[in-house]
Amino acid sequence: MGKLSVDLCGIELDNPIIPASGTFGYGYEFAELYDINVLGTFSFKGTTKDPRFGNPTPRIAECYAGMINAVGLQNPGVEKVISEELPKMRKCFNKKVMANVSGFAVEDYAYTCEKLDKCEEVGWLEVNVSCPNVHGGGMSFGTSPEAAAEVTKAVKKVTTKPVIIKLSPNVTDIVSIAKACEEAGADGISLINTMLGMRIDLKTKKPVIANKMGGFSGPAIFPVAVRMVYQVSHAVSIPVVGMGGVSSAEDVIEMMLAGATAVEVGAANLIDPFACRDIIAKLPEVMAKYGIDNLKDIIGVA
Amino acid sequence: MKQSLFEIIENIPLTADVMKMRLKGDTSEITAPGTFVNVKLDGLFLRRPISVCDVEGDVLTIIYKVVGRGTEQMREMQNGTLDVLTGLGNGYDTSKSGASPLLLGGGVGVPPMYMLAKRLIAEGKKVSVILGFNKESEIFCEDDFKALGCDVTVTTVDGSYGVKGFVTDAMKNIDYTYFYTCGPEPMLKAIYKASATSGQFSFEERMGCGFGACMGCSCKTVTGYKRICKDGPVLEKEEILWEN
Repeated sequence: MGKLSVDLCGIELDNPIIPASGTFGYGYEFAELYDINVLGTFSFKGTTKDPRFGNPTPRIAECYAGMINAVGLQNPGVEKVISEELPKMRKCFNKKVMANVSGFAVEDYAYTCEKLDKCEEVGWLEVNVSCPNVHGGGMSFGTSPEAAAEVTKAVKKVTTKPVIIKLSPNVTDIVSIAKACEEAGADGISLINTMLGMRIDLKTKKPVIANKMGGFSGPAIFPVAVRMVYQVSHAVSIPVVGMGGVSSAEDVIEMMLAGATAVEVGAANLIDPFACRDIIAKLPEVMAKYGIDNLKDIIGVA
Repeated sequence: MKQSLFEIIENIPLTADVMKMRLKGDTSEITAPGTFVNVKLDGLFLRRPISVCDVEGDVLTIIYKVVGRGTEQMREMQNGTLDVLTGLGNGYDTSKSGASPLLLGGGVGVPPMYMLAKRLIAEGKKVSVILGFNKESEIFCEDDFKALGCDVTVTTVDGSYGVKGFVTDAMKNIDYTYFYTCGPEPMLKAIYKASATSGQFSFEERMGCGFGACMGCSCKTVTGYKRICKDGPVLEKEEILWEN
């Protein structure tokens, strides 16, 4: 059997499959269905400094080969995540987990990351810079190299664990942003977050989603994700975690050929709760079909 | 929760746009009335959540209204299999019903009342049912509830059949110890105001996953944030917060 393990920022993963933040809760909903220790790791629900309800409903819209969500980072806030959610998670997951962090000011990111960095079960901090900066006129941190670098530096200053910056695809030059994060000390880059999208209901003649716009994900965005993973991984020397519409073992291999060291699976979990388990089970067979003995060998060969 | 394939054994119209589908498969996860299943359809990304109308052995009955691409596709299916997630949601709690519960269903809120009525009658309760529709041609399931032994009142908004008006107009004339309801939100809100006792409400929301992972269908309640798909769809009267 081919070797599935990969090294992500100094921590070995049994396989490269990582359920993406916001599609896997804190793991225990899925642990009722299968042993989630088969995963490489998973990225838990985006955590902010303060508790958030998020956006009004409807938050979800159907699309061809995908969906739009505007959940708005609903989470109980970092204190409760640490005191209530992580203990529940530990009961069903015994590997290092990826902590996903969002913020609306540079200080928020630093505050939340510093707290999560101290949690033993946290292996990596995945910092989502797609949120609007309340001090920067609402522009997303992830849309400017300077703002993304500023967040990276502030987080790195107060943490000891690998920091992976999760980038938004809704930018003109993702390579310059990735490079700025690397220069600011990032240990890895993950991409792509969702693409900004919108649907309008013909009956009501109004947007389907209460927030009007939301993040488009699913198989439809896979080619964009492969392209951006390719561009970024060829421009930086830190590991890249690829995501965006990944739904099969073949997609995982394609993403790794593009340059991903590990691969996150998002929307697929929502329509098939067993998606990640099944992808992992299928990987050896697909590797054999394409003559791949060791997944590490195919990273970025495209 | 379970993911399995169900065989379509019947799919027939009840009215111009309401269909009844019977499916054969593993129904072991469907325990409480008021829960739902999530159906995967070819070519559509998100599953379609549909309430459970009845379970009889390995046969699941769902009644759905044709409202969009998913349900239009379902209407055309005469045989074959469907990928279904079963055992979703937190259903009705019959232990609170008292001796003579009242069930109020509006439109496609009627189907989940059927399994609930059946359960309550099996528990020896005297069950009254009010079924609300817009007009006579939209009525379905009246005889099914009568056959269970329920005391059935039908209301129509235009008065073309039964009591003219809304379910709340018929509610005034019935003595009940507790109530259960499912239907459009304006109806639920009117029942909330008009009801003399406590009760349970089933809510609808656009869902992503249907099993509590995505937070796509959250609502605010007196006791904190709840996910309609996992903590609901049934909420108790005392915990409901109307947002608008």
